[in-house]
Amino acid sequence: MNKRTLATLALLPLAAAAAIWTAPAKAEDVTIGAIEILTGPNSRYGVAIKNGFDLALDEVNKTGVLGGKKLVIQYEDTAGNKDQAVSAARKLIGIGKVPLILGPTLSNEMFAAGPVANEQKIPIVGTSTTAAGITAIGPYVFRTSLPESDVIPVTLKAAQTKFGIKKVAVMYANDDAFSKSGYDVFKASLEKLGIETLTTETFGSKDSDFSAQLTKIKSLNPDAIVVSALVEPASGILLDARSIGLDEKIRFIGGNGFNSPKLGDIAGEAADGTLVGSPWFIAKADPLNTKFVADYRAKYKDDPDQFSAQAYDTLHIVANAIDKAGAADPEKIKTALQATKYTGVMGPFSFTDNRDPADSSGVVVLEMKGGKFQILK
Amino acid sequence: MFAQILQQLPQQLLNGLVLGSTYALFALGFTLMFGVLGVINLTYGFYFTTGAFLALYGTKLLALPIWLALPAAAIVTGGIAVLFDAALLTPLRRKKAPELASLMVTLGATLLLYSLMTATFGTEIRRLPPAVISHAAIIVGSVRMNWSQILIMGTTVAIVAALLALIRGTRFGLSMRALAENGEAAQLMGVNTDAVVRLVSLISGALGATAGVLIGLNFNAIQPYMGESMMLKGFAVIIIGGLGNIKGALIAGLVIGVLEVLTAGFLSSNYKDAVGFILLVTTLWFRPVGLFGRAPIKRA
Repeated sequence: MNKRTLATLALLPLAAAAAIWTAPAKAEDVTIGAIEILTGPNSRYGVAIKNGFDLALDEVNKTGVLGGKKLVIQYEDTAGNKDQAVSAARKLIGIGKVPLILGPTLSNEMFAAGPVANEQKIPIVGTSTTAAGITAIGPYVFRTSLPESDVIPVTLKAAQTKFGIKKVAVMYANDDAFSKSGYDVFKASLEKLGIETLTTETFGSKDSDFSAQLTKIKSLNPDAIVVSALVEPASGILLDARSIGLDEKIRFIGGNGFNSPKLGDIAGEAADGTLVGSPWFIAKADPLNTKFVADYRAKYKDDPDQFSAQAYDTLHIVANAIDKAGAADPEKIKTALQATKYTGVMGPFSFTDNRDPADSSGVVVLEMKGGKFQILK
Repeated sequence: MFAQILQQLPQQLLNGLVLGSTYALFALGFTLMFGVLGVINLTYGFYFTTGAFLALYGTKLLALPIWLALPAAAIVTGGIAVLFDAALLTPLRRKKAPELASLMVTLGATLLLYSLMTATFGTEIRRLPPAVISHAAIIVGSVRMNWSQILIMGTTVAIVAALLALIRGTRFGLSMRALAENGEAAQLMGVNTDAVVRLVSLISGALGATAGVLIGLNFNAIQPYMGESMMLKGFAVIIIGGLGNIKGALIAGLVIGVLEVLTAGFLSSNYKDAVGFILLVTTLWFRPVGLFGRAPIKRA
């Protein structure tokens, strides 16, 4: 942990306290709630999300909502604890009387806090919750983050059309829920695209030797190898593939676990050519995104990530919905959210009837080159 | 199908020998510690991690070449092992505490040490700088290998030979065997048991560190808990080979490694991890002392 993160962590309780004390400022302000992980080991997600919200909030408050009223976010910290997420939701709804809640950060926190908001008929909008079943909690639960089931088909489709991939070998960690659910999505979309699976190999997420599986795969001569794993075993697989002499033309296609700069750090050249889909990419060259990245860097002296981008778009979507609702009324905001049509840094956005993101055209497919991800051209 | 199996077989056998050598290499120090000192010392996994981290920082910060970083890491870790043994186990040995007490002390110590390492270094994986060893492939017929794999297999065989020579052919080896047989009798016969204990800790710690460096070099996944995940396989190896038996550890390690790879290559990778433990259970059924262990003789 570097000094700056330490300093940020040290300041967080102060910041959180300040947010709570300044929140009920003026009666004419519109206050919404946000439940995020602002302290503890997973706080980097929550802090990135808060940064994204705050950046968008500055922009929204240049004109205000509902004809010039100031939009205010009342933050509640969960420290990654789902019980704390539940109390935060109760507090925001019961005492804060907020018409809408943003967050929480993690899917399992949403499974705990979502039902509370849903019961009280307060819309709750997750910006980073990708697990299956989130919006099935109830009609007041929305999410703006694309689940893996929307990203993986885009990656596979790009691999099929660009590189003519017809037959693949599949590998996944069979002792890890995230890798297994990614594998299920891969399997379904491979079948849908008519790509043949030559073999399916498993490994443990703590394994470091993959030579047996890769030697077998090598003898089957696939066009590509599809892998659902976290970044640690993923890097090991790429390095082992190089050392058993797998043809460099055989590409690796990864799930969201591969979407980490760590992959290039560890696997180096062995990672070159790897394909991965991402809902957002820092170097995406559209004017909205370039402006967002520049503003974010100017405000926080740091690079935005996927979580801040999702949060940034979400706050704009929510502010627009409040404006369209014409009042800070939960029921009207819910109706307005459902009708959202918005184009942000993630691309065009609207909700499905089940309150999941409807459009995956903003997904970018990335290719590893020289240890760094670039947009696949 | 059959042709495909034949085509893969030589490479898979080599993969198995390399994996088996890593298991054996890891288990050597562990089994020596148990054989002579009579304690299942769980801090052994920590020495494995420590060796890898020392070599990592030696090559990264001090720009040491690997042939210097490896022995340096081994010696430093050996020293740490002597200190831990003196602090944790010697007092219990003096008080003739039951074996369970020693086991619990080392369990508590490892948990603490791993947590401290995680707090300091984080859990993300690191690798030794790629430049420390050539990653070029050496191709013999249809089999590919690289220098780190050759280094692992060579080192394992060399260490086994050296340990056997030490135990069987030197005066120090005789004191070790005497201590293993009966500590008090050895002391009465004029063996300086404290010195033997320290030297055995030093050698075991150094062996653990050597395994950590070489395995870290081959698998490129250095992180605080790397020792803990090896520990389980290490247990299987030393129990199948016979507790405290050097030759047994080598053979058991190779057998598990080769069978695991063949299972993953020709049956299903789902069963790969089961192999070692199936062997463990079968061994305990039919030969509870391990393949090469000797049943303790009860003396009057």
